[in-house]
Amino acid sequence: MAPKIKVLAFGAALLLAACGHAPVATGTNDPNEAVNRVWFQRNLALAGVVSRADSAPADPASEVPAAAPRRHPFRHALGNFGANLGLPGVILNDLLQLRPDHATENTVRLLLNTTVGLGGLFDPASRLGVHGRSSDFGETLHRWGAPEGAYVVLPAFGPSTGRDALGLVVDMALDPMRLVLPSAGDYNLSVAARLAGRFANAAEYSDLLDANVINTADPYAQARLLYLQTRRYHLGIQAEDEIIDPYADF
Amino acid sequence: MPISDTRRRVLAGLAGLATLSLLPRQAGAMTQAQARALIDQVMADVQGIINSGASESRMIARFEDLFDRYGDVPIIARSALGPPARSASAAQMSAFTEAFRGYLARKYGRQFRRFIGATADVQDARALQSFWEVVTTMTLRGQAPFEVRWHVSDRSGRNLFFNLIIGGVNVLAAERQEIGTMLERRSGNLDRMIQDLRQAG
Repeated sequence: MAPKIKVLAFGAALLLAACGHAPVATGTNDPNEAVNRVWFQRNLALAGVVSRADSAPADPASEVPAAAPRRHPFRHALGNFGANLGLPGVILNDLLQLRPDHATENTVRLLLNTTVGLGGLFDPASRLGVHGRSSDFGETLHRWGAPEGAYVVLPAFGPSTGRDALGLVVDMALDPMRLVLPSAGDYNLSVAARLAGRFANAAEYSDLLDANVINTADPYAQARLLYLQTRRYHLGIQAEDEIIDPYADF
Repeated sequence: MPISDTRRRVLAGLAGLATLSLLPRQAGAMTQAQARALIDQVMADVQGIINSGASESRMIARFEDLFDRYGDVPIIARSALGPPARSASAAQMSAFTEAFRGYLARKYGRQFRRFIGATADVQDARALQSFWEVVTTMTLRGQAPFEVRWHVSDRSGRNLFFNLIIGGVNVLAAERQEIGTMLERRSGNLDRMIQDLRQAG
């Protein structure tokens, strides 16, 4: 473990030295589409087993008053718990990105939700308006100037890019929670809890997933578009040529 | 020979037209305040619909009216269809526009349920290329606010919105992808695609 961290720290120092602006990513770069499509289908089947048992299809002819989707308390708590376990890693990345403001806000969140929120099962921080901001080593690499790389669908983790997949591996290696929580063989509890939290969160938004991905003509293509757009938005990438001016087209 | 009054007026009119068409086609005609006011109105109407407690089918019908009143549906439909729009007949375009409006209202109207009880605020309106981008935030209790950006233009003769960017997701880009796939799956048969679009969303 120690030598691994040393290597990473060295790599980090090298990258920081070369700190530059990442090229602005646009469009879709998906050279491994065939393989990605296979993993996409498998992930959907997996997500279906975990979470979609209680979602009923909406009927447009329904005369029942439309209500906001209900929150599932257990699932919600699981999502909170997983997110809270991920916070130490997020804070570490905030620091690596030289963003003390984000690190401070996420630390306040971690302290509040771990104590008042009973170990992270509840999210009192958000009630107080401390929403925090998620981050990961993929974003750190972006800040250090790494290009996005190709689109890739990872087993269980879902849509990602070359840069973000590498970031995920580094996040797992650097995860401060590993020092706190026990690990059973190759499976560490922190990663398992966070993955469960991600599935729980996905289930909370299953109606949006149904409408915008599952029930579309090509769910794979829509998921890819949505992932790349939301990811680039999160990273603050704005590409002028992604702007659509329909009046200029004719 | 003195130039007759009529002739002078015609000439002046022509000169005026020429000047007008030489003016840069910018967000100029529509002011920032007008762009903001349009979106203020749209968001007030959206909230009125979702908090009305009406049935889902009733809400979807009202969303369809809203798209018609404040959105440039013909231009959105044309842009979503892309290059095939150039070879489509006028009848096909009007059938497609009609089907597309219903599809949008069903697909997005249903998702607006998530915004029940949300507060919406216009933050800013800025010139983007040749139109206005109105930046708004939606806040749901206990959740982080997220950004919805409205693209607004008056180039169809009225102040109308033609695109939405919801938390970074470009709705028109997603619909171009969707309509493109639907057409491709039907070997480019526009009439069949229109027919199926009436059921989609």
